[in-house]
Amino acid sequence: MTATKDAPAPARRLEWQPALVRDIVVETPRVKSLLLDVTGWRGHLPGQHVDIRLTAEDGYQAQRSYSIASPPEDDRLTLTVERVDDGEVSPYLLDNLRIGDRFGLRGPIGGYFVWTTDIGGPLYLIAGGSGIAPLMAMLRHRRRQNSRVPTLLLYSSRTLDDVIYKGELDAMADGDPNLRIANTLTRKQPTGWTGYGRRIDKELLAETSFLPRQNPKIFVCGPTPLVETASRLLVELGHDSLTVKTERFGPTGGQPT
Amino acid sequence: MTDTPISRGFGPRHREQTAQGRLPPGQYVTTDFPVLSAGPTPQIKVENWTFSLQVDGSLLGKWSWAEFEALPQTAFKKDIHCVTKWSKLDTTWRGVTFDDLLKSAGVATLPALYIMAHCDGGYMTNLPVADLIDGRAMIATRFEDLPILPAHGGPARLLVPHLYFWKSAKWARRLRFMRKDERGFWESLGYHNYGDPWKEQRYDGD
Repeated sequence: MTATKDAPAPARRLEWQPALVRDIVVETPRVKSLLLDVTGWRGHLPGQHVDIRLTAEDGYQAQRSYSIASPPEDDRLTLTVERVDDGEVSPYLLDNLRIGDRFGLRGPIGGYFVWTTDIGGPLYLIAGGSGIAPLMAMLRHRRRQNSRVPTLLLYSSRTLDDVIYKGELDAMADGDPNLRIANTLTRKQPTGWTGYGRRIDKELLAETSFLPRQNPKIFVCGPTPLVETASRLLVELGHDSLTVKTERFGPTGGQPT
Repeated sequence: MTDTPISRGFGPRHREQTAQGRLPPGQYVTTDFPVLSAGPTPQIKVENWTFSLQVDGSLLGKWSWAEFEALPQTAFKKDIHCVTKWSKLDTTWRGVTFDDLLKSAGVATLPALYIMAHCDGGYMTNLPVADLIDGRAMIATRFEDLPILPAHGGPARLLVPHLYFWKSAKWARRLRFMRKDERGFWESLGYHNYGDPWKEQRYDGD
């Protein structure tokens, strides 16, 4: 982790800005991506997130955080939203939000779970479910920069239908000898499935990962049990815990542990 | 922001759950206990654990696990508020207050006005001493009467419930008095230097 700095003068406040919904992409039965125009957006780094705020007609407001899935090179900001069944915000975003609607947004936020081509590689990304979103921003950025940084993505989903960005990921890997993607489906595997078919374990990590002496930059994002397990196993496999950056995803950052 | 867009058809689903005035702005209640950490959870054995209090590179006090457990124990029942917007109500904790720690170390006069909390895994966070004294903070070793799980900061974490929860550093091992305020980990990465949930001080400049 980083050294401390003297307390500088407070930065400019992150103001709420209106975000305009320009397009909505159905990613899976439970996931959509929102493509947004944010006037005066000052850019972001792959891995950062935003806060959004919905305001009801009676003034009631609710805030949530979403990772940015688009690379800094895109004009539009993409947020990928997964349904939380008993949630308040995600069902509205998935069921009620229409193209042309607006809501409040501020960001970008976070400066630790961030990767750019300048940081270099090798790059090792581990995602569970919608935890792919901030890692997708990194992969899209890598692609847009024509970076050749050796990159591995290990992506755990429940079923094939739940794999977010599947077509784009497949296409990315097809034309890129420096990018390898390993999928694991934990609940159901289709006939003829050649990927993995179990939850992430030590053997699976050992088979898909860089060696500790290659000094990979490691980013793990997903539900808390996946993140806890994968990061613990990576340390057991000899990776320096300071090279393993984690972010939890889910209704409130994860399930209770 | 010049205008606040209204989301037609949007409304609260869980408003009835929360007593008026109990939730800081922008927060919602969860009954889960979410885990948020920047890296892997350190696996710490209590036989290798020590806790120390420092100023200017010299030791004011140092406790083994057994010595720490022998200090006066205090119970807290508090609401906690995470900057990622969840709040958890009526959580119960047990541990050693900062006041009792100072007493045990024989510190009668505060040597400085700021504290940096240092943790296993390299995490750190800065706090004004005024927010730790007078029964406002403890080093907690029990959550809901059970040992704190490693993922939640066990064996011992700082508990400063009136500030956003990132100030309640997990895996706390060392408190260092500072004459000048310095920024900790999240405080150097765009988060607010103080973090009062009631003033919604989430990010720098809030």
